Amino acid sequence: MEFLRPATWDEALAAKAEHPTALPISGGTDVMVELNFDVHRPSAILDLNRITELTEWSSDGATVRLGAAVPYARIIEELSGPLPGLALAAHTVGSPQIRNRGSVGGNLGAASPAGDSHPALLAAGREVCVEAHSVRGSRLIPIDEFYVGVKRNSLEPDELIRAVRIPVADGPQQFSKIGTRNAMVIAVCAFGFALHPEDGTVGTGIGSAAPTPRRAVEAEEYLRGVLAERGLWESGELLGPEVVQRFGELVKAAASPIDDVRGTADYRRHALAVMARRTLTWCWNDYRKQIRSAA
Amino acid sequence: MRVTFSANGKPVEADDVWEGESLLYVLRERVGLPGSKNACEQGECGSCTVYLDGVPVCSCLVAAGQVQGREVRTVEGLAGPDGELGLVQQAFVDAGAVQCGFCTPGLLVQTDALLAADPQPSDTDIREALSGNLCRCTGYEKIMDAVRLASARTCAGKEHAE
Repeated sequence: MEFLRPATWDEALAAKAEHPTALPISGGTDVMVELNFDVHRPSAILDLNRITELTEWSSDGATVRLGAAVPYARIIEELSGPLPGLALAAHTVGSPQIRNRGSVGGNLGAASPAGDSHPALLAAGREVCVEAHSVRGSRLIPIDEFYVGVKRNSLEPDELIRAVRIPVADGPQQFSKIGTRNAMVIAVCAFGFALHPEDGTVGTGIGSAAPTPRRAVEAEEYLRGVLAERGLWESGELLGPEVVQRFGELVKAAASPIDDVRGTADYRRHALAVMARRTLTWCWNDYRKQIRSAA
Repeated sequence: MRVTFSANGKPVEADDVWEGESLLYVLRERVGLPGSKNACEQGECGSCTVYLDGVPVCSCLVAAGQVQGREVRTVEGLAGPDGELGLVQQAFVDAGAVQCGFCTPGLLVQTDALLAADPQPSDTDIREALSGNLCRCTGYEKIMDAVRLASARTCAGKEHAE
């Protein structure tokens, strides 16, 4: 096994081009578990810790460009304003020690259906995209096209994740996750939800209940329609129990979970409907407060 | 490969390090710092917590090669130069917060980091800060007592200094 330690991003891209099977490591919270237990013996390890720009983020007020290796602890501390859904998801990751090392780039690289970032990224809007770089150039992969299978993403072998671009929240966002305790839990299932009042849409993200993280597209469309037809964005009136109920049912229907050691498929479906109803209610209550205080 | 870094303020060098080896293994087996404990090797238990460039991390999840040229501070580094116990260590002894002792090194480093950031944490803050450190003996009550005691002594020390 080789240990590659590029000092710059260009060196990292050159190393990945030369060693396409090299396993990138940053926080190590996934990669080292596999090495410690000898699950995986890559030909080379590509250490990204020296590339300081990966731990930086910037914002132009409309979009946050989040460096791939910005640790979850800093997302919670520095980005809960512009990225509230992702910050809530980050807070549920592992423990303080894990949040000091783990990052969204690592979650995306591993592409586990249970990664906590994914539901929040999916809910944040269709404009969310992953910046993939290689010696051939760079491209933006829409988040909807990023997850392609269980622990598989759409990166080419010579590509590395440079950053994620996420729209700044224009409405309330929530994240909910089921596990046996608050800390150190791999999600039994998880749900991210966001209201986007600017364009009248809503966002959803389902975690740990399908081969990949995925949206509940029909649930999004249903709610978008109801909010528009009844003028609820303007009035801020209550949604009513039947709308909340129907939304929960559509989220549940969008999942295709399996039975495994963490929970049964039936339990996951049930829990998703509950989380969908709760996160929708929380967000809508926050939105109503916002428009009433603005009026 | 060879890895050189600073451990508790002293330069250390480890040779013949396997590329997939963890910082924890290097500390325990190659540079004579067995204070950090190896329990789960997957970041679940926190027994191997050390400071890496001032940030508490699970040393089992840091690849040895990643610490080249960086600063590591282990539980051994919480004690004074002549081995006298640090404030957090003394509080754990005084509160009787140690049973088998296997989780203690990680709890000490994590508590040290907590009090450095917030000298007067609430009970909720303490539980949150220690949520990645598992103890299978104590039920955590004595550990909570120890952190509260360390907090009180830290604050008293600060007032005294002022």
